Amino acid sequence: MEGDLAHIGAGLAAIGSGAAAIGVGNVAGNYLAGALRNPSAAASQTATLFIGIAFAEALGIFAFLVSLLLMFAV
Amino acid sequence: MATEPIDLEAAGTCVGPDGSAIGMPQLCADWMPNQIFWLLIALAAIYFVLSRIALPRIATVLAERQGTITNDIAAAEDLKQKAVEAEDAYNKALADARSEAQAIIAQNKAEMQAELDKAIAKADAEIAAKSAESEKAIAEIRASAVESVEAVAKDTAGSIVAALGGQADDSTVAAAVDARMKG
Amino acid sequence: MATEADGHSDGGLVFHPMDQFIVKPLFGDGAVNMFTFTNVALWLLLAVACVIALMVLGTSKRARVPSRTQSVAELAYGFVYKMVEDVTGKDAVKYFPYIFTLFMFIVFSNFLALIPSSFSPTSHIAVTAVLGFGVFIAVTVLGFVKNGAGFLGLFWVSSAPLALRPILAIIELISYFVRPVSHSIRLAGNIMAGHAVLKVFAGFAAITAVAPLSILGITAIYALEVLVAFIQAYVFTILTCVYLKDALHPSH
Repeated sequence: MEGDLAHIGAGLAAIGSGAAAIGVGNVAGNYLAGALRNPSAAASQTATLFIGIAFAEALGIFAFLVSLLLMFAV
Repeated sequence: MATEPIDLEAAGTCVGPDGSAIGMPQLCADWMPNQIFWLLIALAAIYFVLSRIALPRIATVLAERQGTITNDIAAAEDLKQKAVEAEDAYNKALADARSEAQAIIAQNKAEMQAELDKAIAKADAEIAAKSAESEKAIAEIRASAVESVEAVAKDTAGSIVAALGGQADDSTVAAAVDARMKG
Repeated sequence: MATEADGHSDGGLVFHPMDQFIVKPLFGDGAVNMFTFTNVALWLLLAVACVIALMVLGTSKRARVPSRTQSVAELAYGFVYKMVEDVTGKDAVKYFPYIFTLFMFIVFSNFLALIPSSFSPTSHIAVTAVLGFGVFIAVTVLGFVKNGAGFLGLFWVSSAPLALRPILAIIELISYFVRPVSHSIRLAGNIMAGHAVLKVFAGFAAITAVAPLSILGITAIYALEVLVAFIQAYVFTILTCVYLKDALHPSH
């Protein structure tokens, strides 16, 4: 039964991916809103956009990792 | 990979008897030294090749291209300058030629005017001479015509007197005709 | 990606999404020790070969008007050079070869991993951890060499109220030490997740009814993975630049 619990845990950890998706969407959406208001400044902020996405996504990746660990390593 | 047979003893603890992974292959400590070793070799190779050969080469190519572009732009600027100068020179030459032409035209016109005046004066003089001559000729002709008329009149009068049966000498007739013609 | 999942091996659907990441020797059936020529080694060396083909053979003509390959090489050069210059500053240009090495390696590993039945070195935490911790250690050492103890000013946020600064310092310290972990796991996790998802979709193709849907899904995910392959290399490189900037100019 231990494996079953681990699988449930893995599923719960996968919720984190959805949370990360919200974060990434926030970053991209706000970037787009800002870019449409001030298109001339948009190009210079692409790097910041990707850094922001990367940070938001990293936490989702952590959740994914926890999920994988529970699936395969426990 | 899963479908190929794998020697179980060799595969170690990370691969199950069916040839598929036990747990995450990423966490299998048996394989890590191998990965790290080859990764370091790969990175060293890439770094060596890039820093020794590729990057300096690309940097020179880009610098050369930049230099060429700059030179070309400078040359183009130069040529443009030359073109502007040439245009100026052309315009100046054109203006000079035009003024010269004006001068020549004016001179020619003056010469022509002078010649024309001379010719007109000469023509006038000739005409005057000719008309004087003609007048003289006309006067002579008139004079001779008057004389002839007198002679004819005297002859005619003498003949008429004779025809009428009169007798008249020439001097009387002449005096009578003269008197009539004066009258 | 490994060969497709053996769907009906014992009746029901069986997924082996992680089998594609198994390291195995290519010659002989020995145990995998440090110097064995494994599939990892093969695909790492293929990445090296691709980098050399693009950056050295592609530019061998030194043409003033570049050929197609040469302009791709120049594009990559200009892309990373501008990134280093913009993010880190002009004084960081001397570290450009290191950053460019990282970028080219990750880009080519990621793209080569997208070839069906290839192996993806960058999906392995051992590989990305070497990259991530390499950057972390290099940047930390560089920070202390360049700035001495002033490098610790990175953790002492002088713009915050004095009372908050110790707490912020602890938070900054933790976030500083999480950097290499997130740096490496982000790359490995993205690539691993993408390839595992592809594999799971491929497993569904064993059921005839959903096979078209599964193939459609694979196509879509594959397209996403092409994007991710580049974006993750870009993100890894740009974060390296950001960390390097912190080391060179630690003041906030």
